[in-house]
Amino acid sequence: MTQPGEGRELPEQIRAVPVRHPGRWVAAVVVGVVFASIGYSFARNPNIQWNIVWERFFSQRIIDGVVLTIELTVVSMLVGVILGVILASMRQSPNPVLRASSWFYIWLFRGTPVYVQILFWFSIAALYSQINIGVPFGGAAIFSFDSNTLITAIVAGFLALSLNEGAYMAEIVRSGIISVDHGQTEAANALGMTRLQTTRYVVLPQAMRVIVPPTGNETINMLKTTSLVSAISITELLYASQKFSSVDFRVIPMLVLASIWYLILTSVLYVCQYYIERRYGRGTARELPPTPRQRVIAFWRNRFPAAEGS
Amino acid sequence: MVKAEAVHKSFGALDVLKGIDLEVARGEVMCILGPSGSGKSTFLRCVNHLEQINAGRLWVDGEMVGYRQDGDRLLTLSEKEIAEGRSAIGMVFQRFNLFPHMTAAQNIMLAPMKVRGVGRKEAKQRAGELLEQVGLADRGDTYPAQLSGGQQQRVAIARALAMDPKLMLFDEPTSALDPELVGEVLEVMRALAKGGMTMVVVTHEIGFAKSAADSVVFMDQGVIVESGPPEEVLGNPQHARTKAFLAEVL
Ligand SMILES: Nc1ncnc2c1ncn2[C@@H]1O[C@H](COP(=O)(O)OP(=O)(O)OP(=O)(O)O)[C@@H](O)[C@H]1O
Ligand SMILES: [Mg+2]
Repeated sequence: MTQPGEGRELPEQIRAVPVRHPGRWVAAVVVGVVFASIGYSFARNPNIQWNIVWERFFSQRIIDGVVLTIELTVVSMLVGVILGVILASMRQSPNPVLRASSWFYIWLFRGTPVYVQILFWFSIAALYSQINIGVPFGGAAIFSFDSNTLITAIVAGFLALSLNEGAYMAEIVRSGIISVDHGQTEAANALGMTRLQTTRYVVLPQAMRVIVPPTGNETINMLKTTSLVSAISITELLYASQKFSSVDFRVIPMLVLASIWYLILTSVLYVCQYYIERRYGRGTARELPPTPRQRVIAFWRNRFPAAEGS
Repeated sequence: MVKAEAVHKSFGALDVLKGIDLEVARGEVMCILGPSGSGKSTFLRCVNHLEQINAGRLWVDGEMVGYRQDGDRLLTLSEKEIAEGRSAIGMVFQRFNLFPHMTAAQNIMLAPMKVRGVGRKEAKQRAGELLEQVGLADRGDTYPAQLSGGQQQRVAIARALAMDPKLMLFDEPTSALDPELVGEVLEVMRALAKGGMTMVVVTHEIGFAKSAADSVVFMDQGVIVESGPPEEVLGNPQHARTKAFLAEVL
């Protein structure tokens, strides 16, 4: 007995000449020439003083600035995400007081420029010279701090960026939670899971798919927003570069230097975002597309199948 | 196992359940039939307190659903107590509602681990046994999106069984399935019924009701029109509305 298809020759594979696209080539050449000429003029512009850029690129002051920029980004995003989850859960809470306070927080922090908030926290001592924790409404204080010693410039920077980010993340997390089908909550509840367990194990992991891409954008934004705290003399990347130029007035090379560092950092974030998004895409597609690395390997194997056995 | 007395439920001005009385004995399989919008799903959801009833009384295994009697007052149960009550009742949904970010085995293991505090190893072994019971022994590591509808529903049944429920509720478990996949799910349910599980099944599968049910309830517009053994309700319906409905689905 023969199986269907058995013993039959494979049909000849199609090898057709693809359609030509002369227009595409013309467009590509025009755009290519324009970009190349801009790039050339930039690279050869003596005012940039590339030698100064490279000389200072890895100087201690700049490296310290880069590290501080990364710290500001990471900490503010972490606190922002945690705050965002808390605020978003409060928005979904059955308790109207929690819902309203979450709404007010988001309204306040999204409604004022982050630059203003940074200046506010920096000048908090002018508003409250003492920060007391104790009986409310003017009662006795249990802990008491001097604002100027507690909220230094760096603390003000971290506070302003984190609290502001919390408001934005709250909206992102909330849209993620809303995107999860109500049947999921119901199934979890029917299994005897509490509201907290349902949120933690069922809703949030699925909301991640919606939350992660805009959070990546937020992180990239945050990386750049940290430059604003240079206004309160925190030596992050921008202020560190400006410290050079405030002495020798070589403004352009230092701005180019800072920009290159920002580009390097954002590029790293791009790669991280790609892999995180893949991780939270699990279970949604029947099969995940290969990563660039897997694609290169597959291409190589196709090209040189002989290399495989050796 | 389930006892309902004059159960009323309304959504705003819409009265969905208008006095439901019924009783399901331990080990009994009850099928609920009825036209769309008659309140079948709502009743099932009341039984595990996914919906709150407005009037009447509802007991599962002798315990009032959602409340506790304190003299002549009713006290609302805490979230934890309600969750505990639900954990003993398995529910299977029309649209499966498997957790898509978890594999079949993880779907089954989640509630025993998080609600009952069962260890991972033990939960995993139990998941394996349950998957075998529903005929999917080799699909434990598969994500729901990679399973057919019938397979997904069988995983959903296994997930509900993992909590060792004393009662299983099925809300049109085969209505979202292609006709050729209905059989495999009904087969699993039949085996469960034979094993002595107490089941309340909302279904349009008259064949299943005939062969597997101990009693059949016909509901329309929020009331029970007719109930009794399947051969009576299905074979010799007394009420005009039952007759009309059966004529339509058969
Ligand atoms: N959460 C809700 N809010 C408002 N109305 C609701 C809600 N849930 C159900 N209803 C209404 O209650 C009525 C009964 O719904 P139910 O889902 O119980 O019917 P059913 O008998 O299960 O019908 P089907 O066979 O279509 O599933 C319908 O009119 C429906 O619109
Ligand atoms: Mg229904």
